[in-house]
Amino acid sequence: MIKDSMLQRPLLLAGALAVTVALLHTGCGKSERGAAGRAAKTAIQIKGSDTMVNLAQAWAEEYKKVAPDVDVEVSGGGSGQGIAALLKGTIDIATCSRNMKPQEIEQAKKNTGKEPKEIIVGYDALAIYVHKDNPLNEIAFEQLADIYAEGGKITQWSELGVKLPAGGDEIVRVSRQSSSGTYEFFREHVLNKKDFKLGSRDMNGSKEVVELIAATPTAIGYSGMGYATGHVKMLKVSAKAGQPAVAPTVEATLNHTYPIARSLLVYTLGQPEGVVKSFEDWILSDAGQKGVEASGYVPVPQAARKQ
Amino acid sequence: MGEKLLEGLIYLCGISAIIFVLGIFFFVFKEAFPVLAKPNFSLGQFLFSPEWYPTSETNVRYGVFAMIVGTFSVTVLAMLIAVPFGLGAAVFVSEFCGPKLKETLKIIIELLAAIPSVVWGFIGLTVMSKLIVQFTGAPVGVNILNGGVILALMSVPIIVSIGEDALKAVPDSYREAGLALGATQWQLVYRVLLPAAKTGLLAAVLLGVGRAVGETMAVLMATGHAVHIPHSILDSVRTLTANIAAELGEAPEHSDHYRVLFLTGVLLFTITFAVNLAADLVIRGIRKK
Repeated sequence: MIKDSMLQRPLLLAGALAVTVALLHTGCGKSERGAAGRAAKTAIQIKGSDTMVNLAQAWAEEYKKVAPDVDVEVSGGGSGQGIAALLKGTIDIATCSRNMKPQEIEQAKKNTGKEPKEIIVGYDALAIYVHKDNPLNEIAFEQLADIYAEGGKITQWSELGVKLPAGGDEIVRVSRQSSSGTYEFFREHVLNKKDFKLGSRDMNGSKEVVELIAATPTAIGYSGMGYATGHVKMLKVSAKAGQPAVAPTVEATLNHTYPIARSLLVYTLGQPEGVVKSFEDWILSDAGQKGVEASGYVPVPQAARKQ
Repeated sequence: MGEKLLEGLIYLCGISAIIFVLGIFFFVFKEAFPVLAKPNFSLGQFLFSPEWYPTSETNVRYGVFAMIVGTFSVTVLAMLIAVPFGLGAAVFVSEFCGPKLKETLKIIIELLAAIPSVVWGFIGLTVMSKLIVQFTGAPVGVNILNGGVILALMSVPIIVSIGEDALKAVPDSYREAGLALGATQWQLVYRVLLPAAKTGLLAAVLLGVGRAVGETMAVLMATGHAVHIPHSILDSVRTLTANIAAELGEAPEHSDHYRVLFLTGVLLFTITFAVNLAADLVIRGIRKK
């Protein structure tokens, strides 16, 4: 009896091991097949800006109708993450809501021997959002810097001369995580490269910023104009106190009267080729630019579309 | 022959745990180490400065003190809620409830443990945050309270199931002896079972703490992600784990930022190691008595 059970145990274990080995094996088989499958159906990997993730998604869906054998796969994470992935060679196209930094271009050349190629695919006005019940209508860069930058003095709404109807005076600053292109764009152009005051709520996406502001009467934040909803208000912005404040509209973005308008960019390593090239051409076509408009951003005027 | 081979295999499985732990520690430390030698990096600043500016253009500062405080405040609050609830539930399931209810409860508690952390985070971000704003009047609903409650809900199932096992392991003869001496059910629990199952219950609590310290996704979504030393439980904080999750993808490989994030990993490792070691010592101390 005892002998029997002792014999059975190793057998059971051997069985379990065999199953594990078999499972590992099929696991490997699958990934090989996946790689082979990709060759038949081409995939374009896009990653980067959260400002542009909805837009890229819209492109991916539209493009499926034009070229059914090309799979466009989109993920966000922030412009910084897109560039990091492009430099590692894990993606084909990086979307970016800021320009690539010189040291990033340097690194791209060093890692891959290729120079990143940039095209402008649209424009965005970086909008300053407050809750819809906030009586404030316009704001100047200095005030924003006083609210957001390290050493800035404004922490209460009353210091801006605002009395909130819902009560509460402390300004809840909504910001972005540091991999965000929007974060860097705001720091460079509004804060003049000064650092952010600590203690802001750093959201992981453009949409989260607007959602938190919609739920918080005392909040202020920045995000792409494409994320506006009925629960938030976009402020008019002036670069200097005293200058007329401008609302983030399509015209103001295109003629640069809105002070924090920016280009939406896509990067590839070297000159795009094959499917990536046709995809980029399609982005700049009327069909692709319609997607830019539908996502709430400003399309590139016909004359300025170049590669 | 076959026997020997299997023995060898099983032996390998046994020591693989040690290899993995050492391997992970080595890898994390290897990635972190070079930054310690940098002249512009000071360990004192890393541990005790609340200023976290990893991507600053003018003055880069790596201080994780605010995040250490954040991690501790969320964990302590979670444990204040989860330990009484978890141990109470364990005692109830193991000693007071009938067999049918017991089965139902155990299944439901296991179900609670199976909810993915991102779902918990989602609940924190949407449901809990609205409730907190409504009932406390806090300006923002994603804060220590939110994270603490979510983490407590996540660690309760662990504490309950391990605590219940520990109580079940107390021999029935203890219960019979206690009842024969005329103890009430409560006296039995308080005077006999809890002391007898002390080690197991402590292990249950510490595994709960481990879960709370190491949890990432749920706290990333529920705590508001603000680098800031909190003054009340309605303040937003950022935890060490959430910071690594949010920033590691973007940090260029082998840059200082990347290495400092790995150093944060070493710090987390050290914290959990200290907790486990303390637990071990306490348990040993109890055994000796």
